[in-house]
Order: sequence, then structure tokens, then C-alpha cells
Amino acid sequence: MRILFKTSYNDDIRLFPDRWTLAIYAGLLVLSLTLPLLLDEFYIGEVTNVLIWAIAGLGLMLLTGQTGQVSLGHAAFLAIGCYTNTILIEAGLPFILAFPLAGMITGVVGAIIAIPALRLHGIYLAIATIALSILADDIIVLLDPWTGGVSGKFPDAITLFGLEIERWTMPVRFYYLVLAVTVICTLFYRNLLRSPLGRAFAAVRDSEVSASAMGVHIARTKGTAFGLSCMITGWAGALMGYYAGAFNNETFSLVISITLLMMIVIGGLGSIHGAFFGAVVVAFLPQVLSILKGAVLGGGVAIPGLETGVFGMILILFILFEPMGIYGRWLKVRTWFELFPFARKDMFRRQKSYLKTERLR
Amino acid sequence: MDVLQLLVSGLANGCVYGLIALGFVLIYKATEAVNFAQGDFMMLGAFVTLGLTNAEYLHMPFWLAAPLAIMIMAVLGYLLDYLVLRHLFGQSQTAVVILTIALGFVIRFVAGVIWGHEPQTLESPLAIGDIHFGGVVLGMADVAVIVVTVLMTLFLYQFFQRTKLGLAMQAASQNQMAAYYMGIPVKRVQGLIWGLSGATAAVAGILFASKGAIDPNAGLLGIKAFAAAVIGGFGSLPGALAGGLIVGVIEPFASRYFAAGYSQIAPYALLLIVLVLRPHGLFSQIRIKKV
Repeated sequence: MRILFKTSYNDDIRLFPDRWTLAIYAGLLVLSLTLPLLLDEFYIGEVTNVLIWAIAGLGLMLLTGQTGQVSLGHAAFLAIGCYTNTILIEAGLPFILAFPLAGMITGVVGAIIAIPALRLHGIYLAIATIALSILADDIIVLLDPWTGGVSGKFPDAITLFGLEIERWTMPVRFYYLVLAVTVICTLFYRNLLRSPLGRAFAAVRDSEVSASAMGVHIARTKGTAFGLSCMITGWAGALMGYYAGAFNNETFSLVISITLLMMIVIGGLGSIHGAFFGAVVVAFLPQVLSILKGAVLGGGVAIPGLETGVFGMILILFILFEPMGIYGRWLKVRTWFELFPFARKDMFRRQKSYLKTERLR
Repeated sequence: MDVLQLLVSGLANGCVYGLIALGFVLIYKATEAVNFAQGDFMMLGAFVTLGLTNAEYLHMPFWLAAPLAIMIMAVLGYLLDYLVLRHLFGQSQTAVVILTIALGFVIRFVAGVIWGHEPQTLESPLAIGDIHFGGVVLGMADVAVIVVTVLMTLFLYQFFQRTKLGLAMQAASQNQMAAYYMGIPVKRVQGLIWGLSGATAAVAGILFASKGAIDPNAGLLGIKAFAAAVIGGFGSLPGALAGGLIVGVIEPFASRYFAAGYSQIAPYALLLIVLVLRPHGLFSQIRIKKV
């Protein structure tokens, strides 16, 4: 049984609550650095995919899990990041400049888009972002001279510090690049949560009225959340473009937006772990399903819509039985061990069991 | 003449959008939830009717199969609420949104497994020839769509305004706790409204399948209907129909007078404009709390 005893506010917002946790994460980092020695190149590619999804998940988590703004349009921002990065590199910028810029430009665009969206509440915001995601497809086609329209684009190999990095021929190098971005984004997210801004995000999520009463500028906070979220998402988009090796107007569709949102719900809203857990599910579900299908029906049988159907069923079960996602389940198990033998049923039960209308604000 | 023809065909399409939008608004009015699977409900209703009527399936007479399909969909809607949504009682809207999106995926998958992925046409007596008004051609199915939609809207509007049950539904949506205290069986009322919206979706599906072919992805039409519901203002039944008509009429005109790339984005562009200018739609019911 572990005893948490905090004596000051600074204790409460330390990056790692205690040495034990620090040791665990250090071990995790060492494991991810030595992973290429343990796995062959195909699996390194798969793990890279998981990490890219996790970065995208972190981006959306900042907005949905942290600030409570549901966005079903983040594929549009993935697309903006991906295209911006490629166009900048084609314009002759080195990767080390183009990549951060791509994320920042996406963030600025996101913040600009957020200005009208700030007037929208809950469900209306979700609707507006859906429209955004649908429009992105057509806008990419309309901007043919820059984006290559329907025929799409093929990103070149990355040159970083004189090293050439390419997804297909050098998966290990690409893996280290993605890992570096992942660590930077995760640390950024974690530190943001410790800052006043991060707490303002959480306040807006939990109650806008209370937050504004405490002096949080709601519109500005939401706009900032949108901007930062889109920045991280833009980086994920750029990496996705490299990972896919080719992309066009249909790569970042509404389905990707929906998948992203479902991913962070399955992982667990409002937690960094959630983004990673969700990414593991999204990246490995197709493989698991194809293996199972092969075992049950023999190979070569195509069932269209199977993946999304199964994904939907998993999600329904999660929302019904474990609204906090995989991370929530993990938290319960861990708490049970930590508090042993004092754990009780219903410790994590929701307090509020009824809703008031949103129509009368 | 040309303009008139575009207008008429647009209105007929708009009525289908309006019918699906009615389902959205019904659910929203009564439960404050948004059912993203309404389009897939419509698709399922169409396929159930098709499975009962068409020669290669059960081959029932249409006038027997249609009410039966509407009944089946109503029961399905009620069961969905009873088995799934009731457990989400009191959770945020977001949970219901994500759940219904997932449900749409599942429904699409199930329909694909049962009826295949090829587009099919409903053998309905509605698709019998055309009516000519001095140059404007209007299919019989289109006329049926327009008439049924107007009747449905009127019926539902009166239902919410005049009957005790309709008022109870509105009360239950505004404050679940207070409605409980006033003796409204909130859970049962919400189950009924899901049943009603299932029936509405079935009607929309039957009409849609009589107008043209249907396949498991037809539910994606729901997104356009969604735009229609929002343009009309969530929570207003006549508004939903009006929004549907606006979206339906804009489409043929946009494809006629705009360049190819711009025509598809017209409904969504309009949706965004409406959302920015009037965040709660054109006929909104949202009032700011004064106290």
C-alpha cells in the first residue's frame, strides 16, 4: 500500500509524483530506445504507426479530453499539417524548419477557425467540425495547383542533420524521429497540465459558468486550446503523410476524424495514457481481426465494413460499461492494489445522475 | 421551366432530408441527445421493407409490408433505448453522440451482411409513372414523398403541442429531475420517443427506396439531413422540414449553376454560415437563462 502525502502545492504539480513513477517512465523510455534491437523491421513500422496515432490522439485529447470541446473534424487539421509540411519542403525549406512550422501554421489556422466556433456549444461544435471535415476533402481538390488534387502528393525522404530518413528503406531511423516527436509532445502536454493554462482548460471543461466566475476568459481559453490541439495534430498529420508515402484528398476523410475521437474515448478521456492505449487499439485491431477471420473462415473471405463494425461494437461496450476507457479500468485495478485491503465498490461511481437542459443557458 | 423542374425535384429530395431531420429533432426535443445513427436507421427501415416486399425475399404485398416494417423499426428504436441508452442516463451529450456514431457503424455492417452491398430497388407501387404539369415532370414517388412528409410534420407538431404525452416528453427533456417529481415516467417516455423516431426513419426509408436504389451506405445521407436539421434549428419540427427543403433545393441549383468542385460543398458551406451567424439555427428554441 502506497501512501500519498503532499505538504505543499508544488508537491501536487510535480512532473512525476514520486521516484517510483519516475523510474517506471525512465524504464519505458529506455525500452522504447532499445526496441529496434528487439523487434524486426516490420514490427518497428507497426509501432511507429501506433506512435503517430498516439500523437494525433494527444492533439485531440487536449481539446476533447482536457477542454471538453468535442471535435469531429480533426482529420482536416491532420490534412493541413501534412500538406503544409510537404509544400514547405518542396519550397526548399529544410525539414528541421518546415516540420515545426507546419504544426504552428496548423495551430494558427485552427485558432482562426475556432473564432466563429467559440460561439457554439457542445453538440453544435461537433456538427460544425463535421462540416469542416467534409469540406476539407473538396477544398483540397479545389486547391489543385498547390495540393495536387485527386492525384495527390508523394513526400520526399527527410534530411535531418545530414542523415537521410525514409520510411520504407530505413524504418528504424523513421521510428526514432517519430519517437522524438512523441516524447516532445507528451512532455509538452504534461507540462501544460501543470500550468495555469492547463488548469483553466480543465475548469472550462468541468463548468464554464464556474470557470468564468473564477476569472478564466472562456473564449480565449477555448481558442488557445483549439490552437495548441491543432498544432500537435498538424505534426501528427505530417508524420502520417511520411508514413503512408502518398496521400491525396481522400486520405484524411471524415472516417479518420471519427476514428480519432473513438480512439481517445476507448483509451480514456482526459488522460495521456488514454491516447496511447487508444492508439494501440486502433493500430492493431485490423491485424487482430484479419488473423481471427483467417482462423474462423479461412483466408480470402472479404467482409466489407467488418473493421468499423467491430470497432463500433467495442466502443458501445466501453461507453456502457467503462466510460473512462482502458485507462479508467487500469486506474481501478491499480487503486485496488494500492489501497489493499481498503478498496470498496462504487469508489469511482459518477456522482451526477441526471441532466438539465442545455437549451436554457 | 428549367428552374421550375429543378425546384420540384429539389423539393422532393428535400422532403426525404426533412423526414430524417424530423427524426433528429424528435430525439433532441425529447431527450436532449443527438442520434447520429438516424440516417442508418432510415437505411435499415428501407432494407426491412425491401426484405419483406421484394420477390427474391419474402414477397409480401407492399401495403402489408410497409406498416409491418414501420412497426418493426419502432420496436427496434424502443429496444435500443431500453437496452443501451437507458444505461447512459444522465451522462453528457458527448457520450450519446459517440455511442450513436458507433451504432451507425454497427447497423451498416449488419445490413451489409444480411442484404449485401449491391444497390437494390424497392418494388413499390409508388413508382408508377410520372405526372406532367405543362412541361414539369414529377414522379409518382416524388408526389408521395412530398404529401407524406407534410402530413408527418403536421402530425408530429400537433402531437407535441396538443397531447399530454407530447408535453410530457418536452418536460422530460428540459429537466429530468423536475419531470420525475411531477410524476412523468421519464424513462418510459424516452423509450417511446425512440420508438417514434424509429417509425419516422422507417417511413423516410420506404419513401427513399421507392425513389431510387438503396445500399448499406445510404445512411450517409444522414449527414446532409443533419445539416438540414441544424439549419432549421434543432428542436423545431417545422424548422427541420424547412431546413430539409432548403438543403434539397440548394443541391440541384448549385450543381446546375456552380462549377463542379463547388456544388458538393454548398449544403455544408450553408451550414457553417448559419452556425456562425445564428448558432442555434434559423428557427431556434434556445433561450438564454436570465437568472
